[in-house]
Amino acid sequence: MDLATLTQTVTFFALAGAVLFAALGVVLLDNVVYSAFLLGGVFLSISGLYILMNADFVSAAQILIYVGAVNVLILFAIMLVNKREAYTPVPGRWLRQGGAAVVSLGVFALLTKMILQTPWKISALPPTPDSIKTIGRHFFSDFLLPFELASVLLLMALIGAVVLARRELVLEPEPILGEEVVPPLELPERPREPVALSEK
Amino acid sequence: MQLTYVLILAALLFCIGIYGLVTSRNAVRVLMSIELLLNAVNLNLIGFANYLDGQQIKGQVFAVFVITVAAAEAAVGLAIILAIYRNRDTVDMEKFNLLKW
Repeated sequence: MDLATLTQTVTFFALAGAVLFAALGVVLLDNVVYSAFLLGGVFLSISGLYILMNADFVSAAQILIYVGAVNVLILFAIMLVNKREAYTPVPGRWLRQGGAAVVSLGVFALLTKMILQTPWKISALPPTPDSIKTIGRHFFSDFLLPFELASVLLLMALIGAVVLARRELVLEPEPILGEEVVPPLELPERPREPVALSEK
Repeated sequence: MQLTYVLILAALLFCIGIYGLVTSRNAVRVLMSIELLLNAVNLNLIGFANYLDGQQIKGQVFAVFVITVAAAEAAVGLAIILAIYRNRDTVDMEKFNLLKW
């Protein structure tokens, strides 16, 4: 085993160990904030694995999108729904957890047996040196329709998320006559007026 | 480092994700488990693209699409969780009985 292969193997096992420990921490830890930060660790380690497998563009996209966008979004969601609630115990919950563990381990055993039994046809050719050009050529020739549909999907998700997460307009109760009206605290923004009135 | 190691790692990550998806009670943690599942799939795709299809790397193209869909899913899912939290004042999965019969 020469030095390059040894370095590759050691790096792979270090990154794989980091991925597994961080993923177990995401699932098993009690505090959700720790889970969110460990999820960032999972994403970073997986992007390291991508670099190890000659996928430089996808690795950069993984760091930009997952660590930069999805993880920050999850942290913001944790802060927005920040409520320390004591979960009421549900009867028979350990049975469900044990069942889920058994099913997960069974799926893992099945997948491992399949992976070890299948004769993979490992390509003898060296991987392409300019992967970004190859990916770009795929995007604009034979994967053009999915590429455009992805932009439509992102637009739909953007509008849908805004519509779902928007605060509903809360109508204030009418002030009682004779009582001093205290103006409510509000953000300094331009008062909204109907379009028909402002067009005079 | 061989293809089988990568595939076994991805399978392990997938199973951890399934366990977290089924057992966690915090709704945000369920979304995190879904992200783990999608990352396991991406790991599989990149491994196949590197070891079986090194010349025209279509697996990487698929991985980019999966990342796109994961970003959209995370945004919409967190918006739904915020809406449910505003209505129900909880993020406990055991108390979400909105779509039960």
